[in-house]
Amino acid sequence: MMKNQVEIGKNRTGIALSPIDSQLLIQGAEAAPPSMPGNESAINEARTAYAADGAPIGTMPPPVTIRGIAVGLVDAAKGKNANVFLDKLGERLAFERTGTRLYDAVLSKFDASEPLPAGPARAELEQIKAEEAVHFEMLREVMVSMGGDPTALTPSADVAAVNSMGLLQVLGDPRMNLKQSLEAILVAELVDNDGWETLIELARTEANASVVRRFEQALAEEQVHLSNVRRWVRAATVQREGSATAR
Amino acid sequence: MALDIMKERGTALNKQQFTWKELVQVPYSKLDDDAFTRVRVILMNGIEAESLRFKHMCARFNPHLQVPLAQIRRAEQHQQTMVNWLNPPDQSPLETTIGFEQVAIELTAFLAQNEPDPYLKQVMDFGLLEDFDHMYRYAALMDRVEGRDANTLLQCYTDILPGRPTSVEHRAPEDDLRVNYEKATASPISKLNAVILVAAETQTHDYYMTVGPMFADPTARQLYAEIASIEEQHVTQYESLSDPKETWLEKWMMLELMEVYTYFSCAKQESNPRIKKIWERFVDYELGHLHVAMDLFRRHENRDPAEVLPASLPEPIDFSSQRKYVRETLAEQVDFRANGRQIVTLQEDSQLSIAYRQRMNREGSPSERVAAGYQWRPGTELAPKGNGHGHSTRQVSP
Repeated sequence: MMKNQVEIGKNRTGIALSPIDSQLLIQGAEAAPPSMPGNESAINEARTAYAADGAPIGTMPPPVTIRGIAVGLVDAAKGKNANVFLDKLGERLAFERTGTRLYDAVLSKFDASEPLPAGPARAELEQIKAEEAVHFEMLREVMVSMGGDPTALTPSADVAAVNSMGLLQVLGDPRMNLKQSLEAILVAELVDNDGWETLIELARTEANASVVRRFEQALAEEQVHLSNVRRWVRAATVQREGSATAR
Repeated sequence: MALDIMKERGTALNKQQFTWKELVQVPYSKLDDDAFTRVRVILMNGIEAESLRFKHMCARFNPHLQVPLAQIRRAEQHQQTMVNWLNPPDQSPLETTIGFEQVAIELTAFLAQNEPDPYLKQVMDFGLLEDFDHMYRYAALMDRVEGRDANTLLQCYTDILPGRPTSVEHRAPEDDLRVNYEKATASPISKLNAVILVAAETQTHDYYMTVGPMFADPTARQLYAEIASIEEQHVTQYESLSDPKETWLEKWMMLELMEVYTYFSCAKQESNPRIKKIWERFVDYELGHLHVAMDLFRRHENRDPAEVLPASLPEPIDFSSQRKYVRETLAEQVDFRANGRQIVTLQEDSQLSIAYRQRMNREGSPSERVAAGYQWRPGTELAPKGNGHGHSTRQVSP
């Protein structure tokens, strides 16, 4: 049974466990001059120099339908954000798709774990997972209706996936417990809520009212996800610390 | 307990079997296990990789050996998997890199101290001080790019300070080759040491070549590019120590013996009981491989393996901090250079290497820039000076 409590053990990462060796290590480092004077600024200089080359991670794919080309033309005429909208639409689409899989992973942790004091219940996790999948499908339909390619990886979707790499590592690792996994989910839900708000703002000028309404519905559901996950994480953390003190 | 390699036949090859689930076991704990457990896992992954690499090359030149080579490779592929998959997923490529350099430092220092041939020992000391410097550069990278302390992995066993600066380790290829031992006169431990170091350095090279492009930060990408180049030089150096006149089967037997020796050393000292069982199991597997190679040697070369193999294993590798030896070597030899096949003083440095080094470093040196002004301290250089707990340090003799 997976435990959600962190216990005191033989963590060896700090120097306090090695009183003699740590003194030797510190004295050795203090006595050895660096082979070149300076500081960490050279690392920033290298970043700036490479960034100045201006190579992007990639571009938006060209529109695939007449509708998409028309959107592009309207966009050019209005000088507005159609391209930005499709890029962020692609990001949300990919995020909701991955989000569905993240909840699959949380469900497996749930099945292996002792229960947490304030939830979740399995049905609550299943409901969130189902809603993430519905959001993905809805975004896919909107992308098609806007003339975009829902199978393409847009630049913002790629950046969001890089952002989420750590979340997948936490959720995939069977040694990271349900509480720790929900903390990763909390990061995802926080980002997701913000992402939906931005997307709705873009949709007000770049899409029709029905799309805006569907997005607002999705945001309302995401707000419930966030508040639930927050509650579970806080209750699990504070409860654990409290019970440890009581012992 | 001594191991009689001539009598102990280990596990028969056809009994060396696995399941996929068996190959993928619970990894060691990055937080709780001893740093030398990580060191052993990294080392043995490299040993198995070398074994596969050698056997593939051997098969390309020896059609009559292809079947037994393929059979043993199948077992070793899965041995390597079981070992390498003990690395935990919360250990980043840079953290694993710190582990690789700890292997290079502590292992090379131990082997050098037990090397009876003074020339070979000199070569090992030479390589040791270069890997020692890599640790310092990677620790600076970890501190300055990720805000993390390399000592959480090293656990105070290994110093973090400059060695022979990486920027001067770049040499012309002609200055990376060394004089090989003579197979008829070299002691068995010298032969084992050479092949252990080739294995360790080759996997380090291959690892840096694999993970280097996974880093986003330009300095990290450059540093991996630079140090991977040195690791390739080290492979050239250590590979040239083995006698090229050894036959394929002589080399194969020594390789299997080396695997018995290294697994045996790991089993003797492992503090994680679950992982200790893996080392013990693989001692028996390698004895099985050794006896296959010995039988083939008898059949194809009509010779007694005892002409090549020692009667017993050398003293096991001591997986422990070699700080004192490393510091002494550093104090005496940090300025040494290579000229042709000889290790020489700074004044005798090779003009070919000087020219090559100047060319490679003419737009700056990533290893210098990453560590400009860097002195490791507990909790990263963002923490106050002292012992990491807000106290001043007291003097302790090494």
